[in-house]
Amino acid sequence: MTKTREQLAKALSETGYVADDGLATALLLTEMLNRPLLLEGEAGVGKTEVAKALAKLEDTELIRLQCYEGLDRSDAIYEWNYQRQLLAIKAREGTGAAAEQVEEAVFSEKYLLERPLLAAIRQEKPPVLLIDEVDRADEEFEAFLLEILSDYQVSIPELGTVEATSIPRVVLTSNGTRELSDALRRRCLYHYVDYPTPDREARILLARIDGLDAALALQIAELMGKLRKEDLAKVPGVAETIDWAAALLGLGTKNLHESRELVFDTLACVLKTREDRSRVTQEVTDRLLGKVA
Amino acid sequence: MAAAPTLTNEEIGAALRLRLAGFVRSLRDSGFKVGLAETQDALRLLQTPAVRKSHTLKRAFRSLFCGRVSDWKVFDELFDAYWAGKGVKSGVKVSGSSSKKSMKTIRELMDAQGSRQNTIAGDVERQPGEEDEDTDDSPSGRREGASIADNLGQVDFRKMQDPEATAKAHELAERLARSMRVRLTRRDKQKRKGPRLDLRKTIRHSIAHGGTPIELIRKGPRQRQLRLVILLDASGSMNNYTAVFTRFVHGMLDNFREAEAFLFHTRLVHVSSALSERDAARALDRMGLMAQGVGGGTKIGEALAEFNRWHAARVIHSRTCVLILSDGYDTGAPDALGEEMAKLRRRCKRIVWLNPLIGWQGYEPTAGGMQAALPHVDLFAPAHNLDSLAALEPYLASL
Repeated sequence: MTKTREQLAKALSETGYVADDGLATALLLTEMLNRPLLLEGEAGVGKTEVAKALAKLEDTELIRLQCYEGLDRSDAIYEWNYQRQLLAIKAREGTGAAAEQVEEAVFSEKYLLERPLLAAIRQEKPPVLLIDEVDRADEEFEAFLLEILSDYQVSIPELGTVEATSIPRVVLTSNGTRELSDALRRRCLYHYVDYPTPDREARILLARIDGLDAALALQIAELMGKLRKEDLAKVPGVAETIDWAAALLGLGTKNLHESRELVFDTLACVLKTREDRSRVTQEVTDRLLGKVA
Repeated sequence: MAAAPTLTNEEIGAALRLRLAGFVRSLRDSGFKVGLAETQDALRLLQTPAVRKSHTLKRAFRSLFCGRVSDWKVFDELFDAYWAGKGVKSGVKVSGSSSKKSMKTIRELMDAQGSRQNTIAGDVERQPGEEDEDTDDSPSGRREGASIADNLGQVDFRKMQDPEATAKAHELAERLARSMRVRLTRRDKQKRKGPRLDLRKTIRHSIAHGGTPIELIRKGPRQRQLRLVILLDASGSMNNYTAVFTRFVHGMLDNFREAEAFLFHTRLVHVSSALSERDAARALDRMGLMAQGVGGGTKIGEALAEFNRWHAARVIHSRTCVLILSDGYDTGAPDALGEEMAKLRRRCKRIVWLNPLIGWQGYEPTAGGMQAALPHVDLFAPAHNLDSLAALEPYLASL
């Protein structure tokens, strides 16, 4: 083990991701204990960004598997290239090759299509494997995911077992739309990603938007903190804050208190349902602004 | 990858190992799913100087031992209580933890009385295999085919006086809902063999036969799971039944991936998010907060109108069964209710109306609202005891 938590947090912030202590510790542990990291949290708190930052930090490839309902082995692990196999069989038809030979030929590496999970364990350099929104996939998918995550090998009936050449750093994210199995949860380290504190959010804004004034960034972050405490149907995430800050900057805002109307008009960047838009009136905006230094 | 440093037991003081075992025990008693592998990893962390600082250790343990948000929220409290040297007893009661869970803990403690007087020392002596069994057998329960005790199955919910029987009935209602779902999905899978040929797979299987398609692989339409939308009446007249029905709905929702729940009295509240909390007590607490005004009058027609206007398009698809749990006593206009029912009927596959009053002797659906709604209802069934809830399953399975 070479890094300490502080070093890791610093290195992460250089890639543009501002991590809190807990997350830095969790990332450190994934390396030490060689376990996948399961990130849960509301939509838009930057779960996916963690994997991207980690890949950038390790200077390695990011392999992403976006989960969806109905995701199965052939989309996640491997598939045979049927068209090529058929062509190969046709081409050999006249040559009088024995059936076994043909079979062996068409079930070789050449005809194998790698999907993300197989690709991830066959890299030279350990990649970062991001399994995004794992809660959207079916329960069956979880079962074979577990198999891969515990043994880091894939068995292909026609070809034999493919052993991992390198063990990827695995990051799973979940939005909690479905309860994940206890087995998967137990296999993983867990980190709950919360909305950032105003201070951290301001640092994120500064890292992401060039030319943003530190005082304005803090104002925006504080206002967002207050806004999230309102009773909203869709609580805005960090991505929304970044959009909004960029919008305010683009419209030439220097201080939120001086441009109250503009603040209200640009709320479209962060409030994305009809109910929320009608709930946060100019009065509410002013009240929230009043609490911001 | 850092290789696992080989662990010799002498490296970590025996006292510390005992403390760690005690900590893991107390986590399990608070509902954490922690296995042996986690304990071993925790020992490894204790060996690592960089992690050993208490501040980092807490965060490291939190990542290692927590499995879900609810664990995450209580972990700091448990950690501080245990390691701050207060010597917390096994099964610490955490604020917000359910009565169900703490009851289990008490029972466990009673079972193991004597041998576990001295909690920490006692833990370590337990066999590891035994412990794993223990944790797996969580109250969420895997014994699907819950047999409903005869004496409880027949009793009308409103006549249950004994709080113990009521609690039992509530638990059974929830378990019933869970097991129904498991059976329903199993049936769904078996249906998947269909009439159409899966050309891709057939060709793939023909390769071994030199291209002659001997094995025919078939595929059926990927059936969409039946979605349940539950509308629960929480008005004053339903008082005797609301509690047990909410548990039933919670059981349904916890497991039906395709389920939404709404609660109505004078207005309509979407409560799915509250009920997605796994822990029943906490889920009901959250729902209670969302549904202020429970126990007042009912305006079914208005509630349905709101549902049709704002939610129906989103939550209802062609394979949706709408389940209305209500006694049909409506203070609104019957015509309006009938109209909204008709609108709803056009959208969904089936409407099931469960009315606890049907179980009463001599009940006739004469109330104006009920009369107006009935023509649009596919199944009008009783829901006054556990048996009547269980009877719902064959119907849902046939959809």
